[in-house]
Amino acid sequence: MIAKIVHFFGDTKFANWRRRALVIVLVTVVIADFLVERDHGEFFWDDLSGWWAGFGFLSCVVIIVVSKAIGHQGRIMRDEDYYD
Amino acid sequence: MIEWIHPGLLFVVGALIIPLLKSQWRKIWLLLVPLLAVASVATMSPGDYGSFEFVNVHLLVGKVDKLSLVFAWVFTVMAFIGCLYSLHVRDTPQHVAAFLYVGSALGVVFAGDWFILLVSWEVMAFASAYLIFASHQEQATRAGYRYLLVHVTGGVMLFGGIVLHGIETGSFFFGPLVDEAGKGGGLAFNLILLSFLLNAAVPPLNAWLTDAYPEATVTGAVFLSAFTTKTAVYVLIRTFPGTEILIWLGVIMALYGVIYAVLENDCRRLLAYHIVSQVGYMVVGVGIGTEMALNGSSSHAFAHIIYKGLLFMGAGAVIHMTGCRKLTEMGGLYRSMPWTVFLYMIGAFAISAFPLFSGFVTKSMVIAAAAGDNRAIIVLLLTVASSGTFLHTGLKLPYYMFFGKDCGLRPPEPPLNMLLAMGIAATLCIGIGVFPGLLYNLLPHPVEFIPYTGAHITSSLSILMFTAAGFVLLLRSLDPEKTISLDTDWFYRKGALLFMWFAQKPVTWWEKNLSELSDTVILRMLHGSAKISLRFDISVIDAVVNGVARTALMCGAKVRQLQTGVVSHYAMYMVAGLLVCIALYTFGWLR
Repeated sequence: MIAKIVHFFGDTKFANWRRRALVIVLVTVVIADFLVERDHGEFFWDDLSGWWAGFGFLSCVVIIVVSKAIGHQGRIMRDEDYYD
Repeated sequence: MIEWIHPGLLFVVGALIIPLLKSQWRKIWLLLVPLLAVASVATMSPGDYGSFEFVNVHLLVGKVDKLSLVFAWVFTVMAFIGCLYSLHVRDTPQHVAAFLYVGSALGVVFAGDWFILLVSWEVMAFASAYLIFASHQEQATRAGYRYLLVHVTGGVMLFGGIVLHGIETGSFFFGPLVDEAGKGGGLAFNLILLSFLLNAAVPPLNAWLTDAYPEATVTGAVFLSAFTTKTAVYVLIRTFPGTEILIWLGVIMALYGVIYAVLENDCRRLLAYHIVSQVGYMVVGVGIGTEMALNGSSSHAFAHIIYKGLLFMGAGAVIHMTGCRKLTEMGGLYRSMPWTVFLYMIGAFAISAFPLFSGFVTKSMVIAAAAGDNRAIIVLLLTVASSGTFLHTGLKLPYYMFFGKDCGLRPPEPPLNMLLAMGIAATLCIGIGVFPGLLYNLLPHPVEFIPYTGAHITSSLSILMFTAAGFVLLLRSLDPEKTISLDTDWFYRKGALLFMWFAQKPVTWWEKNLSELSDTVILRMLHGSAKISLRFDISVIDAVVNGVARTALMCGAKVRQLQTGVVSHYAMYMVAGLLVCIALYTFGWLR
């Protein structure tokens, strides 16, 4: 059972299934976020459905782009024998 | 009847007995001691235990309250899991060091005064350092020395701060250094805060952790990931609640770890950067200082110890079975290690705060406390860090370690004891997530926070699943690279090289030239001046002495001739003398 689940996420023959599953999950989560009951919160985004989906995606992209820029352009990443 | 047994003492005494036991008995002992410690914590009730006077200072070994109990619970449970995970290890000193490390961490947790705290703090540093040295590889030894260098410096700062604090206040009781408004100051305050921040791995004082933990033994790293930073969080909660600067330092930590994790190729170093990131949330909670925030920090420390232990166990299992530690050398291991993948992923879901996993019910408490304190920017930045956590620990690391490009290796699953230890940790990760009330009941303040609301679940899933979407789209740019990342350890690693160069070049050159100068010029000058003074001694001083002696002899001979032996002559000399005196008196003195 466990091996089968893990296999589903690893084997390339399930790649399309995985992609479809991800899209379904994304759509479901956004719909659920619109349907869910909200208490009036402290900030404007607490009343804004779909806010965290956009924020999550943007965060991910910003983290990758900014970190790699710091690593490469900021000369943080060096050869493995740098200290030898 | 003994009213209280210090669980730390169980570990310290237990450590001394380990070398005396062989094979099966040792294994039983390694599991029995942590179980006894858990039992000791379970039966403990709040109060002060073991207080005594030592050189006019009042010491308190056991200060038990809800805060110390929540940390003691997780420390002893994690010690059991760590011991089970390392049950196959035959290297006795490693077990002894791990026991002393856990024992001293518990010493900090129950310390009622600053002296007990300091002693436990120092033992913790040295015992943990052994778990790095025990790798017996050159780079581990070097990292171990750097680790010790940093921690000894931190220990000296703490010692200085404690002494100053004692002089200023006249009290050595371990307690808050801030007033109700979270304000405090002075040299003692700053020294102690700095030493605590160092152990919590707050940038720029973080590099000791990310430098040394990945060099530790597979089993040693599991212990390391649990105790040092979390004892630092514990003492911060005790002494600096509400200290504003901690909020910003915590946010910097949370993001700093995430940025470095993108660049990292070493699997355990990536996880180490996420310790920095996760401890950031706890530090933010301490900085906010409200009851909810401190509950958040304590509960997140609890959950973090278990899931981070699980993640280190998962990565350690792969290193143990393959000998590889870099993501560029791994890939495709899911085929032969499905259970390791499965258990690792439970830890990954827990750290990423998926609903029904432990991080969901603890991390959100810190973020909710920040929202309750009306800190919008903090909430947004911590959410960015949450996205980064899932991106690396839940997606990047497992993808490149277990899935992705097939490296061709087909290692079997790790030994049963390792899998069982991971299984227990995984069960706890889910258990806390599903039944948060069990953990909330242990927290220092009453909990009013409800994690499972519809909006909280959908917003968390939105962040996480859209992070996954970003990962899939940008997968290629996340490919690990064969590099290392420069961190603040650069300053003392390069600084040490500069110091060595200074010692070997300018200092050695100066020393060589100075001795040459002394051999050639100064020594010759000294010889010459010695000759001159010898000649002066013989020709002048000796001549003067001899001349004086000769004159004295001559005068003696002359005077001898005046002594005739006739009494009338002597009487005449006396009368003549008297007359001279009278004459002098009359003509001289009276005038």
